[in-house]
Amino acid sequence: METSRLTDRAKAVDRRPMTFLESLYLWSIVKGMATTLKHLFRKKATIEYPEEKRPFAPVFRGLHVLNRDAEGRENCTACGLCAVACPAEAITMEAAERLPSEAHLYREEKYAAKYEINMLRCIFCGLCEEACPKDAIYLSQTFAPANYGRKGFIYKKEELLIPHPIHQQEEYEKALGDRKPAAKS
Amino acid sequence: MHMLAIDIWFILEKVVLIASIIGLSFFVAMYTTFAERKVAAWLQDRRGPNRAGPFGIFQPLADGGKLFFKEEIIPMTSNRFLFILGPALAMITALITSTVIPWGASYVDGTTQIALQVADVDMGILIVFGIVSVGVYGIMIGGWSSNNKFSLLAAIRGASQMVSYELPMGLSLIAVLLMTGSLKMSEIVSHQIQHGWHILYQPLGFIIFFVCALAECNRTPFDLPEAETELNFGYHQEYSSMKLGFYLFAEYINMFISSAVMATLFFGGYDIPFVDESAWGLSPLLFSLMSFSVLMAKVLFFLFVFIWIRWTIPRFRYDQLMNLGWEKLIPLSLVNMLITAALTLWLNK
Repeated sequence: METSRLTDRAKAVDRRPMTFLESLYLWSIVKGMATTLKHLFRKKATIEYPEEKRPFAPVFRGLHVLNRDAEGRENCTACGLCAVACPAEAITMEAAERLPSEAHLYREEKYAAKYEINMLRCIFCGLCEEACPKDAIYLSQTFAPANYGRKGFIYKKEELLIPHPIHQQEEYEKALGDRKPAAKS
Repeated sequence: MHMLAIDIWFILEKVVLIASIIGLSFFVAMYTTFAERKVAAWLQDRRGPNRAGPFGIFQPLADGGKLFFKEEIIPMTSNRFLFILGPALAMITALITSTVIPWGASYVDGTTQIALQVADVDMGILIVFGIVSVGVYGIMIGGWSSNNKFSLLAAIRGASQMVSYELPMGLSLIAVLLMTGSLKMSEIVSHQIQHGWHILYQPLGFIIFFVCALAECNRTPFDLPEAETELNFGYHQEYSSMKLGFYLFAEYINMFISSAVMATLFFGGYDIPFVDESAWGLSPLLFSLMSFSVLMAKVLFFLFVFIWIRWTIPRFRYDQLMNLGWEKLIPLSLVNMLITAALTLWLNK
């Protein structure tokens, strides 16, 4: 039976016994050393991480950020749509009613008194961002840093809230990244 | 009677020389471990250790410090005395070999003459060989007293490998000695300064010597005694803390010394090729220092080649190792020796 060749790159294996010079391996070793020497002068593939970071793709979905509006009021109204949308059930929240004296802190009458995301459960799908009607949550371009315990991965409001756009302008802009700032309402 | 008079300055000179050579051996060995990691990284398109100090130059200190603080474990079933003797012997033999190597041109200032060599004895190179053979015991005792089958296997491998490769090494050396007519290291160097380096006359002898030196230092491709993948680090499997450090360090010191021996035997020692540096009229101190740094440059080159080879080729199989030693290198070195002997006889007639 004749077998048909799949490619024309097949090479017959040379099974002749080695000659004396070949059996000293010297020439093959010299060839191998030339190959490694070439690599000595190659560009290194290493990225020195803490100093140098790889850029993320624009669609990268990283840690969550709770957004504020241009006056620094929290957008979240604790409607719970993000928690409903979350396929990993990573989001929990407790709602509270805004007091008249807190009008500069929260944009609407209801706000999230407690807002937690378990980063060990989260699958970073971004469905919470899509579900949010108030542009209150979005995924940033940083990832969750390592931690010593599981508790450290439950992110509270302090970790999630974006810095205040007026009082901490520099940090705010850094956290915003290439996202457009919240429109004045 | 004057033979018995103790020359205090002579003793002091030698003590200083010995201390500085041992210090140098340790320093070079330390930074060879660093170079090993750096070169390995570069050959694999990586950067290597660069966190401890600028460019990572404090890395060997960190490595050594770590070894000192590791827990010291002596296995219950091991022979305690021999278990400690093993690494000590490996270290001592590695250090003793440096005695007969001429590290540079003698410092000659008027009547004072200080040789940069601990002992310029008549049997010179034979001392190196004798002590290197004793070095096998460091591995054998270490592997045997560990009372571990892997260690024992590695020790047996190491011993048989070193014994088999000493033969072609010695035979290729005889060719060199036939040309020089002396075993004295200083005369081997001065002969090369006058008549050209031995590598020009003995290229085959050098290659054989180099391959055997790799085997004697247990370096890849002959690192069968410590084969990580098949023998779990071989004879130093049971060792921890600084006893392990001694074994690893002794290997690097051996590399350093054998590089120096190769530079001395085949590459003119401290000689600069093509020029007559003694006619430059340099001050004696500068002249000695320069010749010393020339030797060191050659040594560093050989150390680089050692590392380069290690990160290029895999380990030989045991039967390939024995074949290469007994069926290839010994006949080749015998032929080399006979041709050299015949030519020396014919030309000197």
